[in-house]
Amino acid sequence: MRIALLALGIGLTLASTASKAATAYVSNEKDDSISVINLDSLEITDTLAVGMRPRGLLLSSDHKLLYICASDSDRVQVMDLASRKIVKELPSGADPEQFALHPNDRWLYISNEDDALATVVDTQTDEVLAQIDVGVEPEGMAVSPDGKWAVNTSETTNMLHWIDTSTQQLVDNTLVDQRPRFVEFDPDGTRLWASAEIGGTVTVIDVASRQVLKTLSFQIKGVHPDKVQPVGVRLSADGKLAFVALGPANHVAVLDAKTYEILDYLLVGRRVWHMAFTPDQKRLLTTNGVSGDVSVIDVDSLKVSKSIKVGRYPWGVVVTP
Amino acid sequence: MNIYWHCLAGIVQREWLRFVLQRSRFFSALVRPLLWLLVFAAGFRAALGIAIIAPYDTYITYETYIVPGLACMILLFNGMQGSLSMVYDREMGSMRVLLTSPLPRAFLLASKLLAIALISLLQVYAFLAIAWFYGVQPPAWGLLAALPALLLVALLLSALGLLLSNGIRQLENFAGVMNFVIFPLFFLSSALYPLWKMREASEWLYWLCALNPFSHAVELVRFALYQRLSLSALLICLGLTGLFAVLAVVTFNPQHAALRRAG
Repeated sequence: MRIALLALGIGLTLASTASKAATAYVSNEKDDSISVINLDSLEITDTLAVGMRPRGLLLSSDHKLLYICASDSDRVQVMDLASRKIVKELPSGADPEQFALHPNDRWLYISNEDDALATVVDTQTDEVLAQIDVGVEPEGMAVSPDGKWAVNTSETTNMLHWIDTSTQQLVDNTLVDQRPRFVEFDPDGTRLWASAEIGGTVTVIDVASRQVLKTLSFQIKGVHPDKVQPVGVRLSADGKLAFVALGPANHVAVLDAKTYEILDYLLVGRRVWHMAFTPDQKRLLTTNGVSGDVSVIDVDSLKVSKSIKVGRYPWGVVVTP
Repeated sequence: MNIYWHCLAGIVQREWLRFVLQRSRFFSALVRPLLWLLVFAAGFRAALGIAIIAPYDTYITYETYIVPGLACMILLFNGMQGSLSMVYDREMGSMRVLLTSPLPRAFLLASKLLAIALISLLQVYAFLAIAWFYGVQPPAWGLLAALPALLLVALLLSALGLLLSNGIRQLENFAGVMNFVIFPLFFLSSALYPLWKMREASEWLYWLCALNPFSHAVELVRFALYQRLSLSALLICLGLTGLFAVLAVVTFNPQHAALRRAG
């Protein structure tokens, strides 16, 4: 009897873990909404109304809160994922587009595209800690895993701006190719990857010396080079693979993150910009703005398994376990 | 039962021999779809992907799209070439030798159809293997799932070929079959373009394609390759195979050639 109960208990535990599917949240820029995707069934389970023109998305480190850049509402909204309600709004400065959360889980570094500013907000006290002058049209933002650096890209100045988080001061700039859109640190924080949309390149920078290590370019058979416009970059947690979303080229480039060799180009939906791994790192989701869908890449086989229709102009994506 | 088996084996063996001895026929059957895949599809250049349609779950290249159609193209040509060989057999008299068999005529003809179909399948899988290395990789189980679909389509097209051959009096008329049967069947189908694309061009073109039995054959194979079942395509293919086979047996007249010669 006891064994039977134990077996039942184990069975129930297994069933409950199995039923708790990873969930993706996708911001729909033109629909002012967030699509919720169940990653077991790969279906939309909910669509949540949020502020105007939602773009960048972020999760708190405990995955309980979702931060949303509501660009045309000029604020960052905070959604409690348990209730799926907006619980507060943060003073972000005008037109927030991309942002990054410091590992202390409090400081939010926000790009204010129209004001050539980066705003630092304390997510607990809701206070603006600093506003830092950066280049024209700031866009990409990343904080290093050790929390020492916040790096912001400016689309028109074509620079990366290095902000020392201990003083909230801009201390250095790195020139990259035209229209840098996105920056991403290596999992170990030694290198920084920056995409340049018009330049068509990704620049890899040594964080310690802030010197350029390598500039990567892409070429897809049958696709005009003008269409190759890198935006999103994601690195696998094991440090082996790098994925670069190539915008209107409709492909995601897969690279060996160590040798920089291009392993493959994967066909996804139209105008692919941003990406997110599932927590088990087995799948990578891409947002395809023009075709209005999210493609699912199987990371082991490097094949695109499915594309899921979401709202109009999906922009950012995050995944909770 | 044994005698039926013996007869079937004999007919299959004869087709096999014809296939092995005419190696050029095997290569030409392969070269044709490969030219389409490697040259036509390459020139078409849809590297940016074509819109998602069932049974595909995501964006595909044009190469991926046309592979099922090209597999069916092999079956179409072989079905028609089978009918050519029927005319040849009739003219040469070997058909009459076959028909001296005491077994029912329907069985003999069905065996003949099956033999042509089995040989065609070899060519289709050779083509799919090359396409796989070229980068068109349907799921591995899909390749297996496509086997019954391909067999049915092969039977459908060779039944159609047999039916047509009954109407052809001489070998030379085969060119007419090419022009008035193979080309319209192939081009007015979903083999090369999705039907919605045809509809954008013109409504009546779309309907011609939608009504074309070959479209349903292609879709049956396309769905099976991706482990899906298109029930409508299956029913239409089953129905037409039965219809063509019955008509072919009823209209079959081995005396055609002999009579003509006597007259």
